[in-house]
Amino acid sequence: MSLDHYLVLAGILFSIGAATVLLRRNAIIVFMGVELMLNATNLLLVTFSRLHGQLDGQVLAFFVMVVAAAEVVVGLAIIVSIYRTRRSASVDDVNLLKS
Amino acid sequence: MSTVLHAALAGGTQTSGAEEALFWVLAPVMVLAALGLLFARKAVHAALSLIVVMISLAFMYVAQGAVFLGVVQVVVYTGAIMMLFLFVLMLVGVGSSDSLVETIRGQRWAGWIAGLGLAAVLAGVLGTAIYPDPVGLDAANAPSNPEGVAHVIFSQHVFAMEVVGALLVTAALGALVLTHRRRLTPKRGQRELADLRVEGGHHLAPLPAPGVYARHNAMDVPALDPYGNPIESSVPRVLRVRGQEADAAEYAARIDRVLAGRSAKGDVENTPPEADPAGQPVNAPDIADAVAGVDLEGDGK
Repeated sequence: MSLDHYLVLAGILFSIGAATVLLRRNAIIVFMGVELMLNATNLLLVTFSRLHGQLDGQVLAFFVMVVAAAEVVVGLAIIVSIYRTRRSASVDDVNLLKS
Repeated sequence: MSTVLHAALAGGTQTSGAEEALFWVLAPVMVLAALGLLFARKAVHAALSLIVVMISLAFMYVAQGAVFLGVVQVVVYTGAIMMLFLFVLMLVGVGSSDSLVETIRGQRWAGWIAGLGLAAVLAGVLGTAIYPDPVGLDAANAPSNPEGVAHVIFSQHVFAMEVVGALLVTAALGALVLTHRRRLTPKRGQRELADLRVEGGHHLAPLPAPGVYARHNAMDVPALDPYGNPIESSVPRVLRVRGQEADAAEYAARIDRVLAGRSAKGDVENTPPEADPAGQPVNAPDIADAVAGVDLEGDGK
C-alpha cells in the first residue's frame, strides 16, 4: 500500500462533500458538507506533509481547522437568525430578494 | 507498548502492516458514513455520520505521524464544531428534514452530474500526478511531533497565527451580534408580576385545598366555602380538564338538601354560617349526610 491510497480516499470524501452541498436543501446539512470538504483537504495536506517530509502541510491543516471553527460559528449564527425570522432552515426559502 | 505503538505509527516512508490494516478498516467506514451524510433524511443522522468520519480521520492523522493534528481533530472538530452543530439542530428542531420540492428545474440532475464530474476530475488528477518518493516524517518529527509543529508555527507563521487570533475574536463577536435580539417589550420581573396579580384581582394566596371526606377520593371533591357551597377552583386543574372531578352542582344540591332538612327552612342557599344552628357548616353536611340515607351517596368515582 502506498501513500496515494490516502489521496484517493481524500478525493472520494471531497466529492461526497461537494455533492452534499449541491444536492441537499437543509442549510445545516449543506454546512456539514462544507466541513466534510475541509476535512478531506486536511487529510490531503497531512499526507503530502508525510510525502515531502516537511511539517508545513500539518501547520496549514491546523490553520484550516481554526478558520473552519470561526466559519462554523458565524455560519451557524446566520442559520439560527434566518430560522428565527423565517421558521425554516431550508436554503430554498431564503428568497426575499427574488423579484 | 509505546515502542510498539511508535514503530507501528511512525509515519515513516513506507506504510507498516498495522497502518495498512487500520486504513482498510477505516476507509470503508468513512466512505459509508460520508454517504450517510449525503443520503440521510434527518439532519441528526447526518451529523452523527459526520462525527464518525471525523473521528476516523483523527485515527488516520495519528497513523500518519501527525499526532498533534489527530488530537486537535478530536478536540476541535468532534468536540467543538460538531457539538455546535448538534446544539443548532436542537434549536432548529431535531426532526427537521429536507423538503422534496424542487424549486429550480433540473437542479437535482445538475447536482449529480456536477458531483460525479468533480469526482472524475479528482480521480484523473490523482491518477496522472507523479509523486516523489515518500520522505517520511521521521526526521521532521525528531524530538516529537508537537515540538516540530510548534517550531514551524512560531518561526515561519507567527503573523498568520496572530491574524488567526484576531479572526477568532471577530467570529465570536460576529456570532454574538448576529444572534442578538433587542428586547421589544419591557422586562417583567417578580415585582411587575406581583403588581399585575394584585391589579387583576386574582387569588393572591394559594387556592383552597380540595375537600377531604372519608368516603371519597379526596382530590376530586371540591372544598366548601363558609356558606357550605362547593368551591370549584379548589379541585386540581388537571382533574377538571379530564372531567374527573366530582359534580359540583350535585354537591351543592346535596348540601342544600341536607341543610334544608337539618335547619328545616325552605330557602337556605345563602344562609350565613351564624344562621346555621349546627354552627359548623363545613362538618355539618357530612354528619347529616350519613343520617339522610344512601340515596344521597356520590357516584362512586
